[in-house]
Amino acid sequence: MQTHEKLKLVGLRKSFGEHEVCRGIDLTVAEGSMVCLIGASGSGKSTLLRCINLLEPIDSGQILLDGFDIADPEIDPLPLRRRIGMVFQSYNLFPHMTAIENVMLAPRRVHRRSRAELRDEITAMFERFGLKSHIGHYPDQLSGGQQQRVAIIRALAMKPEIMLFDEVTSALDPEMVGEVLDVVRQLKSQRMTMVLATHEMSFAREAADWVCFLDKGVIAEAGPPAQIFGNPKEARTREFLSRIL
Amino acid sequence: MTGALEKPKLQASGAVNPRRIREERIRRRGFAVASASTAAVVLALWILIPMAPGWSKVQASFFDWEVFAKTFPKLLSAFLVDIMIFAWSAPLIAVSGLAMALCRDVRSPALFPLKLFAIGYNDVFRGVPVMLVIYLFGFGIPGLGLPRPWNSPYIWGTLALVCTYAAYVAEIIRTGIESIHESQRSAAMSLGLTPSDIMRFVILPQAIRRVIPANMNILIALQKDVALLSVIGPVEILRQAGVEKSLAANFTPYVGASIIFLAVTIPATRYADRLIERQNRQRS
Repeated sequence: MQTHEKLKLVGLRKSFGEHEVCRGIDLTVAEGSMVCLIGASGSGKSTLLRCINLLEPIDSGQILLDGFDIADPEIDPLPLRRRIGMVFQSYNLFPHMTAIENVMLAPRRVHRRSRAELRDEITAMFERFGLKSHIGHYPDQLSGGQQQRVAIIRALAMKPEIMLFDEVTSALDPEMVGEVLDVVRQLKSQRMTMVLATHEMSFAREAADWVCFLDKGVIAEAGPPAQIFGNPKEARTREFLSRIL
Repeated sequence: MTGALEKPKLQASGAVNPRRIREERIRRRGFAVASASTAAVVLALWILIPMAPGWSKVQASFFDWEVFAKTFPKLLSAFLVDIMIFAWSAPLIAVSGLAMALCRDVRSPALFPLKLFAIGYNDVFRGVPVMLVIYLFGFGIPGLGLPRPWNSPYIWGTLALVCTYAAYVAEIIRTGIESIHESQRSAAMSLGLTPSDIMRFVILPQAIRRVIPANMNILIALQKDVALLSVIGPVEILRQAGVEKSLAANFTPYVGASIIFLAVTIPATRYADRLIERQNRQRS
């Protein structure tokens, strides 16, 4: 099957002071596919996602979105960030706004759409993810799982072309992990292009199209989930998986 | 198993819990001791102070009921001037304090001079006593020979208060802005919001809410410092009290003025305390 390279990282490097977190990362994400990044804490997964969303400037390398280098420092990052949605480990909802206001803020300000115009569309999204009755609640009135689903809706409301998920279930109580992963599954079935940093190995195994094992700032091994989990070639991958599974 | 589950439930229901009863007993005893000792001290002061050799003189010159009754209404109407100055100063302070805080927070290199100005402004106005600023503005600027009404002490006195207090308010708001976790900014940035929208819709609403109690305390301080303008002319309560003192050759008007201030500041302080308490409860 001929697939479009939606996102491509070439030799991406990023350091904080002396510490080099990403040491030359190459990665291709096909349109409509789901890539899972696995690896120990501090292996560079979160930093990589933040770099893709241009929240952190990279030191060298390229980030190609539809073949166009968005890491070019001469380019205004704002319109590009709008094409890439991101969901964070700690939800980061705005605590002074209700759930629906959280979702409406960016479309209103960025796309200049009115509340009335947005209401139906966003209500439908809340309904789809089983949150209709929580639409007017403030974040502190919601459970972790509900907050994270609102955060996903907030990112989706900008109609992004790619979604980045930064360990979105790591802060959740175990019984709430499922409801959030169900949302991710739903997005996958709609062929959303997604990159997930995750510790949910069974989810990665079942749902990912491609799995990358990060170790010390490089992709140590990458392949389809059956290969990475079933028959890893690298010793470090085997060691990591034996520790975590 | 069920027994173990039910036990804590029973304990939580209060009065029957032996530990609760004991704690209650200890608290009551503490309260009784505190009341008794306070009563003893008040009683001692009540008896001892009048035994001081100068008491009768002090009583006559500070606590003269007749003078009090005669001057109090005038003090009260002079206090309206204080309220007026306060009423127009407070919003000006809020606006300029916010503007200064935003100047200090600018991240764009092109606006660096603004940031430098805000830092310098803050250093100067937090470093000079209010009284001095009032003297300098109140006598210095009209001294330039400005025509009426531009030589009014109300204008320059107000400006002195606004400049000084805006520096403090700016500092408080800035701490509020800095107390908002970086992740809020990240989330807003990832949605593609502009820096000014992030400040206006995400950071500031949270920051301002957090610093309301601290700003209440600033308002209470301002309310008292308005009286300092008396040194450059406006006949507000402190000056009126001074006039009455001279007319009656008695200090009681000062006591009257103090009572008026307390009538405003005590409720305001309690209210500020309540706000702080409520905020602490919300955060825990």
